[in-house]
Amino acid sequence: MKTNLKVALVGNPNTGKSTLFNLLTGLNQKVGNFAGVTVDKKSGFCKLPDGQTAEIIDLPGTYSLYPKSADESIVLEVLTDKNNPAHPNLVLVVVDATNLKRNLLLFTQLADLRIPIIIALNMIDLAKKSQIDIQINDLAKLLNVTIVPIAARKNFGLTEIKNAILYSPKTALQFQTIDIESIAPDVIKQIGIKLSLDNPYVALQIAHQHKYLKYLNKSQQLILEEITQSYQFNSEKAQANETIARYNFINDVLADTVKYPAIALEENISNKIDHLLTHKVWGLVIFFGILFAIFQSIFSWSSYPMTLIENAFILLGNLGHQFLPEGVLTNLLVDGVLAGLSGVMVFIPQIALLFAFISVLEDTGYMARVTFMMDRLMRKVGLSGKSVVPLIGGLACAVPSIMSTRTIENWKDRLITIMVTPLVSCSARLPIYTLLISLVVPNKYVLGFINLQGLTLMAMYVLSIVMAILVAWVMKKIIKSRQQGYFIMELPVYRMPRWHNVGITMFESVKSFVTQAGKVIIAISIILWVLAYYGPGNSFDEIDKKYQTIEFKNLSTGTINKLKAAEKLENSYAGLLGKSIEPAIKPLGFDWKIGIALITSFAAREVFVGTMATLYSVEGNDTVLQPIRNKMAQARNTQTGQLVFTTATAFSLMIFYAFAMQCMSTMAVVYRETKNIKWPIIQFVYMLVLAYSFSFLVYQILK
Amino acid sequence: MKLSQLQIGQSGIIKEFTDLTMSVKLMEMGCLPGEKIKLDRIAPLGCPIAVSVAGYQLSLRKREAATIELI
Repeated sequence: MKTNLKVALVGNPNTGKSTLFNLLTGLNQKVGNFAGVTVDKKSGFCKLPDGQTAEIIDLPGTYSLYPKSADESIVLEVLTDKNNPAHPNLVLVVVDATNLKRNLLLFTQLADLRIPIIIALNMIDLAKKSQIDIQINDLAKLLNVTIVPIAARKNFGLTEIKNAILYSPKTALQFQTIDIESIAPDVIKQIGIKLSLDNPYVALQIAHQHKYLKYLNKSQQLILEEITQSYQFNSEKAQANETIARYNFINDVLADTVKYPAIALEENISNKIDHLLTHKVWGLVIFFGILFAIFQSIFSWSSYPMTLIENAFILLGNLGHQFLPEGVLTNLLVDGVLAGLSGVMVFIPQIALLFAFISVLEDTGYMARVTFMMDRLMRKVGLSGKSVVPLIGGLACAVPSIMSTRTIENWKDRLITIMVTPLVSCSARLPIYTLLISLVVPNKYVLGFINLQGLTLMAMYVLSIVMAILVAWVMKKIIKSRQQGYFIMELPVYRMPRWHNVGITMFESVKSFVTQAGKVIIAISIILWVLAYYGPGNSFDEIDKKYQTIEFKNLSTGTINKLKAAEKLENSYAGLLGKSIEPAIKPLGFDWKIGIALITSFAAREVFVGTMATLYSVEGNDTVLQPIRNKMAQARNTQTGQLVFTTATAFSLMIFYAFAMQCMSTMAVVYRETKNIKWPIIQFVYMLVLAYSFSFLVYQILK
Repeated sequence: MKLSQLQIGQSGIIKEFTDLTMSVKLMEMGCLPGEKIKLDRIAPLGCPIAVSVAGYQLSLRKREAATIELI
């Protein structure tokens, strides 16, 4: 039985809000959008003791109703707009019992919005452990709210919370906390009249934030602008006065209800750990050690499941060709849709692993220390301390890394991180690098131990990271932001990771990747398939006829099929496209065959090797590099008779693949994360310009 | 004396703020006049810093710490 009961979950960051959300809703979650804004809305359903279901809406963690990031401004939007689809009947505020004072600031603000409210007093076990004595009943009476002590990590108090939700008051019973009107009497009165509001605090919040509230229409905005200007409303002073008044109220309340231990335990465990983990030398050494371990694990642990997934799709494809009736539909299904799907699914192990690691780093509180240590360095190039992890993750795969930038609160920092992460050489570039390097770089050792091929490979990776940092620095100068760059961040105490949360994070990130990015990838795969499998007019029929003639009789069917496939690709729309872009790519040292590979590998870089294999109609398995390598090494331009893959062309091609955005999974995920088609387009264009100019330079210099 | 001038392990009492915008954000985070504040550590590259205030640990950049006057 469903009810109309909507519960908004609100609280400071690091209070265990998401743990409680996971406990209440389980895997019964969905991620959508708040109406009209670009913030993820996480909601889910919770079964109450009487069999009813309540909708739980997880609002972004915030320290106050005055937002510090774009994500946070949604809280006031949802709570003050009665017509918002996410507007709740009940606010469940999560409060950290070990840090009541700062946590109660948000509570007093929420209470004054006059929506029914209950308090989940989380980490009650830790408060007891640190000998903080909270008289919960007295506190509840002073505020006139239900307070439920819980320990979300230990699963304690869950039934009580559900009962509290079930029996929650239908009207706001909590006492008013401070005298609101005295902060800005005229402004509050005027706004109350003009917008017919009966709540002075809502009026005051609107006076502060009307510019960012999307539900106010133009004429309302004008009225508000007029009121705030005519009474010379000073937002910052009013906010300062309000905050001081609220803390005075909180101090009074806590003085009667909470007793702290006489001597605070000065050197707690967290501090001791931090002596080592943020140490001048060891802190950095440990950090890079952890990154190295994560990077290695993503590579080595994901390779086996990735092969399994690939093989499963190959098997499925073969079965499809075997048992489905031959024809266009089967080809589309198997070579278009299934191949596209395989390209999506193969990323799942990397995404799941990277998110598992990041979730552990976040959960333990280590991520805050990484931010703390790296902030100064990253700030110089327009990034934030929190950009470090996505950038390093980009070495494995840009897709999960871009998804992980959600931890960056500042929109400008986050956007720049998203824009430069795909420049970092990901694992999909590796087969291309190794193939091309093996063609032109001799397998020799310098100084007896440095392998030239390995050195070149490393140079490609270093180059990619340097380029990412350079571009970030340029973007910092270009992109304007209304948010002032500041850095005031809580350093949460170290805690053990919650494996239940890690599991849910993995599941949710994979789910949203498959459903959101998957749609786009399949659509583009189908288009590419059509381009590669159809040619204009009856050119394909003629190729079929040609290979039925007598001169091909003495060749095996396999060879004929490969020759036919190569010629068909040459005459397909994709092939014609390759030829038509030849003039443009000639200055880079590429011929039309490479042109086709550039076009087909727009889907994903890995396709390059496959396309080369088809084009050079190699005997044997496509995935074996050796035969393709030999064919490519011997390939000559039909007109000039010169080698196709000279050192200049190979390096130019490597640079092109290093800088060009040839991954539609990444583009799809950038679109999903920025929710504006502008950003993936800008990214695609700037990366193409970079790729083209540097390839041109490299080819012209080495030629 | 400013918060940014404290030595590691030293503490002071917040007197006032020299920047209104920063003061609003700092007060929300529990840095109120009269509160005791202690410098716990400095990041490896010299900035930001970590302080103990209002029963928890907060990190902020030196530039921001310079807006807090101590008694």
